[in-house]
Amino acid sequence: MSIQIKQVSKKFGDFQALKPLDLTINKGEMVGLLGPSGSGKTTLLRIIAGLESADQGHILFSGKDVTNLHVRDRRVGFVFQHYALFRHMTVAENIAFGLDVLPKAQRPSKSQIKQQVTALLEKVQLEHLAQRYPGQLSGGQKQRIALARALAMQPRVLLLDEPFGALDAKVRKELRRWLRDLHDDLGFTSVFVTHDQEEALEVSDRVVVMSQGKIEQQATPQELYHQPASRFVYDFLGGVNVFEGQVHNNRLQQGQAWVAFPHAEHAESGQLYLRSHELSLTLQPSADAHLPLEIKAVSLIGAEVRLELEPIGWNSPDLWEVSISHTQYNSWQPQRGDTCYAQPHSGQLFSSDTENGLRALSWSNKLVLLKKKTA
Amino acid sequence: MAHANSRHQQRIGDQPWLRRLFIGLAFFLVGVLLVVPLLAIFAQAFSAGLSVFWINLSDKYSLHAIGLTLLVAALTVPLNLIFGVFLAWLVTRFEFPGRRILMTLIDIPFAVSPVVAGLMYLLLYGSNGWIGSWLMNHDVQLMFAWPGILMVTVFITCPFVARELIPLMQQQGSSEEEAALSLGASGWQMFRRVTLPNIKWALLYGVVLTNARAVGEFGAVSVVSGNIRGETNTLPLHVELLYQDYNLVGAFTSATLLAALALLTLVVKTILEWRQQHNAN
Repeated sequence: MSIQIKQVSKKFGDFQALKPLDLTINKGEMVGLLGPSGSGKTTLLRIIAGLESADQGHILFSGKDVTNLHVRDRRVGFVFQHYALFRHMTVAENIAFGLDVLPKAQRPSKSQIKQQVTALLEKVQLEHLAQRYPGQLSGGQKQRIALARALAMQPRVLLLDEPFGALDAKVRKELRRWLRDLHDDLGFTSVFVTHDQEEALEVSDRVVVMSQGKIEQQATPQELYHQPASRFVYDFLGGVNVFEGQVHNNRLQQGQAWVAFPHAEHAESGQLYLRSHELSLTLQPSADAHLPLEIKAVSLIGAEVRLELEPIGWNSPDLWEVSISHTQYNSWQPQRGDTCYAQPHSGQLFSSDTENGLRALSWSNKLVLLKKKTA
Repeated sequence: MAHANSRHQQRIGDQPWLRRLFIGLAFFLVGVLLVVPLLAIFAQAFSAGLSVFWINLSDKYSLHAIGLTLLVAALTVPLNLIFGVFLAWLVTRFEFPGRRILMTLIDIPFAVSPVVAGLMYLLLYGSNGWIGSWLMNHDVQLMFAWPGILMVTVFITCPFVARELIPLMQQQGSSEEEAALSLGASGWQMFRRVTLPNIKWALLYGVVLTNARAVGEFGAVSVVSGNIRGETNTLPLHVELLYQDYNLVGAFTSATLLAALALLTLVVKTILEWRQQHNAN
């Protein structure tokens, strides 16, 4: 079932939680609503579910207007942030709830309900917990039971509010994959809310980035990562190093530090955004850049070695973070307190003149050319 | 080593003699202030023997006072149960202007002296009061009759249930209720199958407190009752009347009923508190 959101807005008192926005979610798609807290993502999810009413606009399910349909009649599966399992009921009773409250004419018989509950418990691989109470379950188990309970109604739409927020890292990864498989298996339309960009990028078919009640960008995870539409998206996806400066002799300059523009016509004052894989570290400055950094921390955990670096003689809002390979680490042996220089390969320049004016810069062509010349 | 360890862990007040002194003092005070007076009630009531106790108890006015007290409690408890649940539901599940003021207003009966509460009702509903004079013209008498007693008792005890429920319902939040609705439950199904089971122990606790106060309320009731023996005399008022008649044994006999109810309330309250804790974990 497809979901169409048309010009939906919502105010809480004076706070504009959602500015009028449009969004279409296709049948069978899995969409992640990504944004910081207060961006309106949960409000949007609750409006789709019918738990909150929109001030204006319409919600359409498969082209049918459900704006004024009560949540109990919308037949959406909703998984709450803290699971909201009924604490005084066993797991089996929790899952059976949706079937138990059906009007007599539609309600399956007791034995049918029991069968369905068993089938759902098998689907979430927790058959052995049927007679437990929610208080006796772990976070991951609660999450699965909450899903099973929502699925009992055979919803055509599954809505999940921060589904993995309260779980530890390992369980979170596991459940993420499991949810994606379940989605592909059962073929419903899913929308989930998250503030974790990694989660959104990994699980969704499409990510909708929200901020201050409006949609900043909607794109596939690949597009989003490679072509962030705005500075906000760039910042929110994280992992960027920022160099702010003024144009000086075809260089972006701040104090003694500078980056040369690869092409003169690109010269503009502003902030240069460099992702940690878009630059390398060397022991000497080059003709392209003079960005001295002091190593503050070396972290050997993971597939790469992560260095935290503090600018020397220039300023950056945050410490820089650069990852290097273990091979490079072994040959270079960087220590805390060492000085090194950043060499950009590619990056984005946000001009300070125009709002969100963004320009892709690349030094790599030049590097290749240089190499060819020397060869 | 063990000695050094225990010295290390010692805090102020850990000296054995000080601890014993404090514990002894606490028991002494509780004994003198609470337990001995309670025992004295029973001792006085039975001082002239069991038969006199029984005669006093089965006295026509005593029986009427017991009956009136039970009637008032039986009407007050359900009224305030519904009112309390409704109010707690309102202030914990909805945001509306004046919500905070409403939550503060709930506490008025706790803040106002019961005698003042009784006087307010008397001035408003008495034969010379604004509403009372109008009612008088329509042959309705509230003050110096059982409806007046009921009204002030409801007023005095109305915060108990709401006060028990509000913090609990705030802490539990509304997501379970929303979950029930999203699973297709009607409003009533949601209330009966999700809300009520979650609050039942706190609700019972509130009911027990309401009942204890409804039975034992003296100040407000004494202002509006008029102390008409056999008509508007509740049990606490009856105790006072008998005492003023120099019928000490009679007064203490009626007092044993109130004391026994208090003890029963304590037991039930302890059980409910235990259940609540047990359920929370």
